[in-house]
Amino acid sequence: MATANQEEVRLLGKWASPFSNRIDLALKLKGVPYKYSEENLANKSDDLLKYNPVYKKVPILVHNGNPIAESLIILEYIDETWKNNPLLSEDPYERALARFWSKTLDDKILPAIWNACWSDEKGREKAVEEALEALKILEDEIKDKKFFGGETLGLVDIAANFIGYWVYILQEIAGLELLTLEKFPKVYKWSQEFINHPVIKEGLPPRDELFAFFKASASK
Amino acid sequence: MADEVILLDYWASPFGMRVRIALAEKGIKHEYKEEDLRNKSPLLLQMNPVHKKIPVLIHNGKSICESLIAVQYIDEVWNEKSPLLPSDPYQRSQARFWADYVDKKIYEVGKNLWTKKGEEQEAAKKEFVEAHKLLEQELGDKTYFGGDKIGFVDVALIPFYTWFKGYETFGNINVEKECPKFIAWAKRCMQVESISKSVPDQDKVYGFMVEIRKKFGLE
Repeated sequence: MATANQEEVRLLGKWASPFSNRIDLALKLKGVPYKYSEENLANKSDDLLKYNPVYKKVPILVHNGNPIAESLIILEYIDETWKNNPLLSEDPYERALARFWSKTLDDKILPAIWNACWSDEKGREKAVEEALEALKILEDEIKDKKFFGGETLGLVDIAANFIGYWVYILQEIAGLELLTLEKFPKVYKWSQEFINHPVIKEGLPPRDELFAFFKASASK
Repeated sequence: MADEVILLDYWASPFGMRVRIALAEKGIKHEYKEEDLRNKSPLLLQMNPVHKKIPVLIHNGKSICESLIAVQYIDEVWNEKSPLLPSDPYQRSQARFWADYVDKKIYEVGKNLWTKKGEEQEAAKKEFVEAHKLLEQELGDKTYFGGDKIGFVDVALIPFYTWFKGYETFGNINVEKECPKFIAWAKRCMQVESISKSVPDQDKVYGFMVEIRKKFGLE
């Protein structure tokens, strides 16, 4: 549990953003109480600009007045500060693997799927091919593990929240079939474990609202 | 038990240089294998099947890919001397943030500076100076980003200095004039043995950049 006096934890985020949601999930898994403020990216608050002058983005974690930006960096900070329910192994090699997969999700896998869901007619075929290749990489990695971290949920699972939840919504809106039980049974199975995890279930944004949000973006 | 450490690398790669510096700083005996990037070895493809890129650190048969991840791994395994990351979690998060900034920004703006022309190059020049001024601000009055000794951010950033002759020549920019504190920091770093013995000199990298520009018709 979060310790003592003067512990102030604040999250500046965006409810529909998977990157912001990663931080909600990690704080909830650790049982850390925090204050959440919803940022309007079209009208950035003074606090946002003060706490993340370099990128001016969310999520930002502010702990006792000290800001940390970039979701994967925030996740490691949370894990090192609140030691219960560890997100990373103590073994350096396992840690390196977890960092590798989290980074690969952000650098390669998420962008490929995102691009496919928002691609226009012209680029669609190639974008879909790349998205399927990206999912195959994950399929080969998850193998028969319950979670990417093994028996318990860890850093990579949290980083893969987009795959576990957002992908289904976005692909439906785009009219695509990227992540399905038939095409990627292992990733599909993992996604069900993920969204049914008691803490994750409560921590994800509501499906209908998320669907409506992205559907509205799609029609713009 | 003797450790077997192999580094798959390419001499001009700033990402590879990061790992070389970390290995040197910790005094780790290792085998250096130069890869031909147009003809990647079976070992490289086996050890980094996802990205097929260098650098790859192989420790007792297990591969660690991505330069900053490899540097952190080295720091965690060989932890009895020369710590590269601070021990305080907040300081660590800030070191990771700035190393990540180098990855996101510095590589891109540098690349654009020497490969683009006209308006795009002018924009790249502006971004290059802005990014280095921001780093100067972060450095402040410290000797190194790591404080009194080199740390994670120094290791992440200094390799790009070896590409400066090319950036300045092709990018038509005088970095020392625009960012004197940055150059002063870089020169201090080049006095550090683990850095100077791990990176090629600017002339050699410049020659390499000339070849690349010829090959891709960038002149």
